[in-house]
Amino acid sequence: MIRGHQLRKIRGRCMEAVCLLAALVAVLPLFAFLWHLAAKGASSLSPALFTHLPMPPGEAGGGMKNAILGSLLVVGTATVAGIPLGIGAAIFMTEFARPTVASVLRFACDVLSGIPSIVMGLLAYEIVVVPLHHFSAFSGSVALAFIMLPVVVITTQEMLHLVPHSLREAGHALGIPTWRIAASITLRAAAPGVLTGMILAVSRIAGETAPMLFTAFGNPFLSLDPKAPISTLPHMIFNYAISPYDDWHRLAWGGALILVLGILGATLLSRFILWWHQRSLNS
Amino acid sequence: MLACKDLKIEFDRKPVLKGVSLTFPPRKISAIIGPSGCGKSTLLRAFNRMHDLTRGAKVTGSVTLNDREIYADDEDPVLIRRRIGMVFQKPNPFPTLSIFENAIAGLRLSGVRDKNALKEAAEQALTDAALWDEVKDRLKSNPTTLSGGQQQRLCIARALAVDPEVLLMDEPCSALDPIATAKIEELMFRLRERLTLVIVTHNMQQAARASDRTAFLWMGELVEADDTEVIFTSPKKSMTEDYITGRFG
Repeated sequence: MIRGHQLRKIRGRCMEAVCLLAALVAVLPLFAFLWHLAAKGASSLSPALFTHLPMPPGEAGGGMKNAILGSLLVVGTATVAGIPLGIGAAIFMTEFARPTVASVLRFACDVLSGIPSIVMGLLAYEIVVVPLHHFSAFSGSVALAFIMLPVVVITTQEMLHLVPHSLREAGHALGIPTWRIAASITLRAAAPGVLTGMILAVSRIAGETAPMLFTAFGNPFLSLDPKAPISTLPHMIFNYAISPYDDWHRLAWGGALILVLGILGATLLSRFILWWHQRSLNS
Repeated sequence: MLACKDLKIEFDRKPVLKGVSLTFPPRKISAIIGPSGCGKSTLLRAFNRMHDLTRGAKVTGSVTLNDREIYADDEDPVLIRRRIGMVFQKPNPFPTLSIFENAIAGLRLSGVRDKNALKEAAEQALTDAALWDEVKDRLKSNPTTLSGGQQQRLCIARALAVDPEVLLMDEPCSALDPIATAKIEELMFRLRERLTLVIVTHNMQQAARASDRTAFLWMGELVEADDTEVIFTSPKKSMTEDYITGRFG
């Protein structure tokens, strides 16, 4: 005979088990994916992957130096343009704009962030590739900057909103100009969160493939010319993965591993910065 | 001398201050008392044009400092706030700046670059705020490591560093314990030698012991203003007497 409270305990245990199962299922794909990626990619992870250029189809060996450097260039240029613009826009919206103007801009950003990346690529194609008559690294950066911009604006704005109003008030009461309060007090207080947002935004665009198809276009040779077509890591992974060559498949896995490790590293770095900042505030 | 005349303030067309005229003599501590919601903080914040930052706030009437209209079109609120400083209810040091940087934030973020001048200003302001001895060995620490009373004195130091003529204090001790409160009051007496002090307080004992003049506000109107002694011993209005004896509010 099971008494009432025993039944309740058993029911509680069951619920706990169900929730644990759900949690395991939720994180399972991540670990399965990482395991699979490591197993497949680790074997092709070698110095040559970083230092060698691709070989012609059918020939063994070769690396992804062109794509790694290309990704750094295209993503770097997009970041240099997108982050200051996005932070500036967010500061304008939270610190200067009238509430109606700010909410219209915010709505625009929300819409912009939901637009598929391939459409953003199309936009960059229309305004850069078509007028210049050729594919280029620069057009790829423009596409990535468009994709990154709303992400930067939204996260920066969220972080600025978290800064207590009393700090801005204290700044005003000291006769500090509004722009200086925004830059030296509000943004500085929000800095760790903003930085995390930036790293996530960069991680997001580093993996974009679709918009690269008709902007950066790809290039089997090493090129760092912003006016010329360029290879990027996700695009090269795509090309190699759909090729009929086993050697290229292995390289694609290696490239994928590099890309994921890079993004994982950036995310961990942002966590570390947050943790370190929190700790230095408390000491 | 700081003065206001027929000062009216409304928020989104809702009147909060309904025509207040007061003068605040220099080198004296003036207290503004009254029940919650009577408009004392609203009045105080009008003196350094803080309401400019609030959407929907409308200020009419006149506020003058040494006979110059603070709300004149050609007056820059940023410059006015350097002459009329403010300390808030809750200590609000900048958490991302060190104690030293907090003390001189008003100077440095307004464009003062000279490192020696800033160093001197920091020591002077922290000394004036009776905090120097407690923080001189930890100037680079974060202000959040200080106690509440120390943080509030840091905020006072920060306000003093800009060298204002008037210091507005909005319930500066309401978040502090009695010992920290006594320290702030002591500090107010010393600052009285060179500043005009206006303090909003809901603590009647504080107004009685730490002010020279007292103004009693009720429902957005001035009931009575006089020497503190008069207000607390022989007020002219019965409403004032009822309030200070604790019959309402």
